[in-house]
Amino acid sequence: MTAPAVPRTEDLVGQSIQGRRVGFGDIAFPAALLLALLFALLFLSTLLVDVFVRAWDALAGRGFSVVTNPLSLNAETAGLWQSIMGSLALTAVVAVLAFPIGVGAAVYLEEYASDNRFTRFINTNIRNLAGVPSIVYGILGFTIFVRFVNATGAGGGVGGKNLLAGGLTLAALVLPIVIITTAEALRAVPAAIREAGFGVGATRWEVIRYHVVPYAAPGILTGTVLTLARAFGETAPLLLVGAATGFFSVGAAGPLDKITGPYTALPVTIFSWARQPGADFRSLTAAAIVVLLAVMLTANAAAIILRNRFERKW
Amino acid sequence: MNDDRGNEHPEAAARPDAETRPAARAISVGAVLRNGRPAESGASPSLIFDVQGLRAFYGSFQAVADTTMQIREHEITALIGPSGCGKTTVLRCFNRMNDLIETARVEGVVRYHGVDIYGEKVDPVEVRRRIGMVFQKPNPFPKSIYDNIAFGPRIAGFKGNLDDLVEESLTRAALWDEVKDKLKQSAYALSGGQQQRLCIARAIATSPDVLLMDEPCASLDPIATLRIEELMIELKRDYSIIIVTHNMQQAARVSDRTAFFTVDVKETGMRTGRLVEFDATEVIFTRPHQKQTEDYITGRFG
Repeated sequence: MTAPAVPRTEDLVGQSIQGRRVGFGDIAFPAALLLALLFALLFLSTLLVDVFVRAWDALAGRGFSVVTNPLSLNAETAGLWQSIMGSLALTAVVAVLAFPIGVGAAVYLEEYASDNRFTRFINTNIRNLAGVPSIVYGILGFTIFVRFVNATGAGGGVGGKNLLAGGLTLAALVLPIVIITTAEALRAVPAAIREAGFGVGATRWEVIRYHVVPYAAPGILTGTVLTLARAFGETAPLLLVGAATGFFSVGAAGPLDKITGPYTALPVTIFSWARQPGADFRSLTAAAIVVLLAVMLTANAAAIILRNRFERKW
Repeated sequence: MNDDRGNEHPEAAARPDAETRPAARAISVGAVLRNGRPAESGASPSLIFDVQGLRAFYGSFQAVADTTMQIREHEITALIGPSGCGKTTVLRCFNRMNDLIETARVEGVVRYHGVDIYGEKVDPVEVRRRIGMVFQKPNPFPKSIYDNIAFGPRIAGFKGNLDDLVEESLTRAALWDEVKDKLKQSAYALSGGQQQRLCIARAIATSPDVLLMDEPCASLDPIATLRIEELMIELKRDYSIIIVTHNMQQAARVSDRTAFFTVDVKETGMRTGRLVEFDATEVIFTRPHQKQTEDYITGRFG
């Protein structure tokens, strides 16, 4: 009569799929990740708060004159106008040089060059170049670009240590990064799109021009803007190719003289102001850092807007 | 050069070295010979492709063994066979699509209207303008519906009215009514079946001579599949169509002639595709000459 109670199916299934088993790793791992994130954020916020607090005296006391005044040894009137202009001009030179050359090199490597030992060697070394410390590029700029600029007669009054040499140096510095990011964007273009292009009788050039590059454009653009931001903030190589660490005024110099003459850049000014004695300059340095960050954020925001325009989703 | 002989003398398939081939291969060649000839005298369509001893390699891997077959104008030729039997590779040999794969290498002769498309002076771009292709997965360009169709004619230097051509191409692909109000919209907004018909419209917009279709219905539902099949039968009045398909019912439904490929596994593990039998579709599906073909079409394969 008392037959062994046959367990009901739903009880068995219920037992097996109900109840959460939470192991140590389920809690500890996300917690460790969150901690890492908070740690990074802590550094960033400390840095920002510290800079803003230090900059407060100069920014509140002087207002926009910190931005619009020319460089000066007098902490009362010193401003960043030449530095900002110098940095923007440098970045423009870098963009004009590094963007077409870098994108061109990447398109060649990805689309035209055959995959053999030689191109693999080149690819590896472009990656290595991207990791070379920037001071090494400064020395390259000092020994080659400064002389080159001087030899072409564009040396100005500074023997070639001008915006052009600085721009060339920074362009060489970011060129490998432009190539790498562009190559990655090109590699992400689906093979199906290329095949579709070739399938309707397009030449290689037409496939690249009308399908591959437009598809990769947002990625190329993003990469390029990030590299420009890198160039914008670069200091060490510029110290070697003549960005003035002291103070000067280009005064009423003509536009050509401004390009071939002495120059400076925002990070270089920060470097030189940081070495000045006195509380005034300490606050000015912090203010200059705030300006640098603001300019970079503006540039990055502009880049994102630009990319979204290109990235019209189809 | 004896480039013209493929057209006039289909028996040119009897290459002098045919006898020297291994026995197994001689059988398949025999099958081809038997059927490669215009069997019924009278209104036999002329040849569009005359393939002689085609072999395809990827690096040192041989994907397709000696293939000899003749494909006629205004017919639908189906290539069937198990996965890895090289039928897609063979299809891609017809418009030099394999050129795009760096390691790919093709030997043998593929005569298109008597001219070897692997000849030294042949421009593969011109070949592809005449021999259009529809791919397994619908692959519209990330552009508008209109631009998808217009791209091919534009780069080919089309001088006529592009709007009319777009409408005509979409109409022929049985898509016009569904998209005529949204030509400027993204091609990606279309359903899979619509995208595939868009790809067919794109392929016929350049007015090719031949359409190559690589499993065009593989990612479509039965209704979309049916529409594409109807479309193929529509299109064969003006085009010659070669289709790769995994779906034997599809081959039986739409094609005039069917080529059955199989895959031989060597001791080295190399898997090489081989043409077993090529004949009228009705023959292949009702009274094939090869046992392998029969086993495959009756589902007793492997």
